[in-house]
Amino acid sequence: MAEKSMTDTATTPGSTKKILAHQVNWLQLLLRGRVFIALVLVIIGFSILSPTYLSPQNLEIMSKHVAIWAILAIGQTFVILTGGIDLGVGSIVGLTAMIAGALINVGIQIPELGVVIYPHTWTILLISLTAGALLGAISGLIITRFGVAPFIATLGMLNVARGLAGIINNGYTFPNLVGNPQFGNTGFDVLGAIRLLGLNYSIWIMGLFGVVAYFIATRLPFGRHVYAIGGNENSAQLSGVRVKYTKVIVYMISGLCAAMVGLIIASQLVAAHPATGEGYELTAIAAVVLGGTSLSGGRGSMGGTLIGAFVIGLLEDGLVMVGVSSFWQMVAIGVVIVLAVIIDQGTFAMQERIARQRQLES
Amino acid sequence: MSDQVQPEYDPTDPVNVPEPDVILRAEDITKIFPGTVALDHVTFNVHKGKVNVLVGENGAGKSTLMKIIAGVEQPTHGRLLLDGEEIRIRSPLDAKEQGISIIFQELNLVPNLTVTENIFMGREVVRYGTINQKYQKQIALDLLQRLEQKINPDTKVGDLRIGQQQIVEIAKALAQDVRILIMDEPTSALSAAEVDALFRVINELKAHQVSIIYISHRLEELLQIGDYLTVLRDGRLIAEELVENVDIPWIIEKMVGKSLSSLFSRKEHRYGDVILKVEKVTLPGGGGNFIVDHVSFDLHQGEILGFYGLMGAGRSDLLDCLAGARPEATGRIWLNGQEIKANTVSGRIQAGIVLVPEDRRRDGLVPTLSVADNILLASLRQYLNRLRFLAPRKEKAAVDSMIRNLSIHVANPQQLITSLSGGNQQKVVVAKGLLNTPKILMLDEPTRGIDVGAKSEIFELMSKLANEGFGILFVSSELKEILAMSDRIIVMSKGAIVDEVTCQEASEERLVMASYIGHKTNNGGNHNGREKHD
Repeated sequence: MAEKSMTDTATTPGSTKKILAHQVNWLQLLLRGRVFIALVLVIIGFSILSPTYLSPQNLEIMSKHVAIWAILAIGQTFVILTGGIDLGVGSIVGLTAMIAGALINVGIQIPELGVVIYPHTWTILLISLTAGALLGAISGLIITRFGVAPFIATLGMLNVARGLAGIINNGYTFPNLVGNPQFGNTGFDVLGAIRLLGLNYSIWIMGLFGVVAYFIATRLPFGRHVYAIGGNENSAQLSGVRVKYTKVIVYMISGLCAAMVGLIIASQLVAAHPATGEGYELTAIAAVVLGGTSLSGGRGSMGGTLIGAFVIGLLEDGLVMVGVSSFWQMVAIGVVIVLAVIIDQGTFAMQERIARQRQLES
Repeated sequence: MSDQVQPEYDPTDPVNVPEPDVILRAEDITKIFPGTVALDHVTFNVHKGKVNVLVGENGAGKSTLMKIIAGVEQPTHGRLLLDGEEIRIRSPLDAKEQGISIIFQELNLVPNLTVTENIFMGREVVRYGTINQKYQKQIALDLLQRLEQKINPDTKVGDLRIGQQQIVEIAKALAQDVRILIMDEPTSALSAAEVDALFRVINELKAHQVSIIYISHRLEELLQIGDYLTVLRDGRLIAEELVENVDIPWIIEKMVGKSLSSLFSRKEHRYGDVILKVEKVTLPGGGGNFIVDHVSFDLHQGEILGFYGLMGAGRSDLLDCLAGARPEATGRIWLNGQEIKANTVSGRIQAGIVLVPEDRRRDGLVPTLSVADNILLASLRQYLNRLRFLAPRKEKAAVDSMIRNLSIHVANPQQLITSLSGGNQQKVVVAKGLLNTPKILMLDEPTRGIDVGAKSEIFELMSKLANEGFGILFVSSELKEILAMSDRIIVMSKGAIVDEVTCQEASEERLVMASYIGHKTNNGGNHNGREKHD
């Protein structure tokens, strides 16, 4: 008797629930795919406005730009997922480019022995990438050992690394990074021009970094720890997550990604300029945020970041092609970023509401 | 189960006809959220100058009803009558203007501001364009004295224990002129002495014709302080009765349809050898004091060892030390005769000591992760495949087994942890610990803020685990719980062990007496700037 009456009363709210849940799902889908929708709109819009927008040459140029934003943003995503921020990446791009430039054009000089060592191109890549990771590790250690806020610690790195980039060659560019056959260090310029299946190698690197980052974020305990730290550091700590270690690693990853970008730019330009990468950190952060990662940490995805980088890159280049002045470009990109976050907040509020409803139901 | 049929709400029932002393009447309230009916034609009377108790399990609709009265939510249907006149409360500010104030279960305090600043938050007393700090501090001091608390009004709220923070929240409500005061679980973090002080204040408020709506899971308390009792279940009004006419079994029956004897029970059982030996665990506090003062004890296999004491007695800190969360702690511990050297959380977890922390939201859960990810968080290394990647199949198996074994009610493990009820969230935290295959499980106030049904499930689980050979350390501030569940009880006061009793010797009187040792000069509760007495 009793059970029967209970089931009877349960059917009526249950059926209304299903209908509403259905509508909610549609809206959720739209919101969840909002960056992707934005990307499609950007592509459609500019291909109408500019007939050459989708030409193979232009696609190649644009994807080279996108690759740079994407690689930086991938590293930045790890940092932001832990609730941190890395302002140092733009300067690390410049510094690692200069390190590579110095190693090719000047080599490692040891005056005591009167020797100059010219490392092989692969060694140069390795040294530059290690340098990037080390610079990131320094930021991470300052943050975790001394309790410095990530914003401040990496702001320090932004200045220090940029300064060092200038010091290396007294503010001058290292031009013509072709190496010398006599020293056996040629090939850096070739690297910048490598193409595979018609695509510049930087695009392949972007893909590689994206896939690896995706696996790290979703399929390694480390990735889960990153999300947990950003969601609730206390709980993570009490669950046995090595919070400090994990944080240092994310800044190392970010530094490594920045070094990769430094090498890509230097190899493509066949030159290393100390101002390379100035302001890139903010574009990278914008791509991450645009991709739906929450600046307070714990929420976001690598896929979102990649799409965010595409939106930023394609939007910027599109605006250039259509002939919008650089000032209006800045206005447009600024508006897009803030708009994305406003929508984000709405989505978050909706998810919370759905969660609360579920709680009421259970 | 046969007596589960309850009389349905009947508008002609004499109890539901407005009475002259009813100050606020929520009449025929229905609240529909998309997908769920939270309140279904509920009528609730608030009697003037009385303590109106509202009970029901989590999800029964108590909080929704209170939110409607406090102006946080609007009813889908129904109306509110204040002194017989229909009113509309559109916002919490509206409610405040009508003299309705609410103390939420989740504290609404700003941790980095002082007690005074919190009490006057949003209503600062301004004189010559600046805040009149002297006046505010005096009022705050008076309020805290009225609540019999020795809390310094200049202390930052974040530096207070949760119990003290709750007192501040109550003081904040009292600082405003209230006609109707809603208290949602005000005592869940208070010690016995603090509860007594609160009850004296409630009686004083009643004498001033303030009407109180009181929500609590502690049923003994309701009988002690309440005048009128309303029971909700599944969003429906089940019963309305004078408190003097009811007893606990009656309330529980109305709430869940189960009888009391099946809720708390601990069968007698044998326990084995010493599994955990703790020697002189010490946590230094400021100024030569000890938060945990040279604590030594043994725990046997299959034993549930309860820790009782007042707020701030050092019980939670002791568990934190054992869990490796306090690197500055000293002392030695042996597990199965082997000394554990590791003094980090991950080291202790690997050794087999797992803590289920007191504050679920702050220390237990990651709100941005799903139920499944929360369950797996502490034991991810067990689910790797040969390539050192997480294997979804292994993860799923672990999650499913935990959801089944602990009967966690969840539609889909991928939904956010915040969508679960308090009791189920707590089970998730326990599940997270259990997946590390611990030998010692430490539960710090495992039943805080969860309903009676979920409590009994947590207790059943503890009994089951003890029978499987776990050693269980269990901190609770609820006497009935600790007496019902523990094989042995250690009483702590001011960081030190002051008494140890077996379950046969234990009585409420003895535990309470012991918990006050060293507190005579201090009147209990507050331990800021305490002195060492032994």
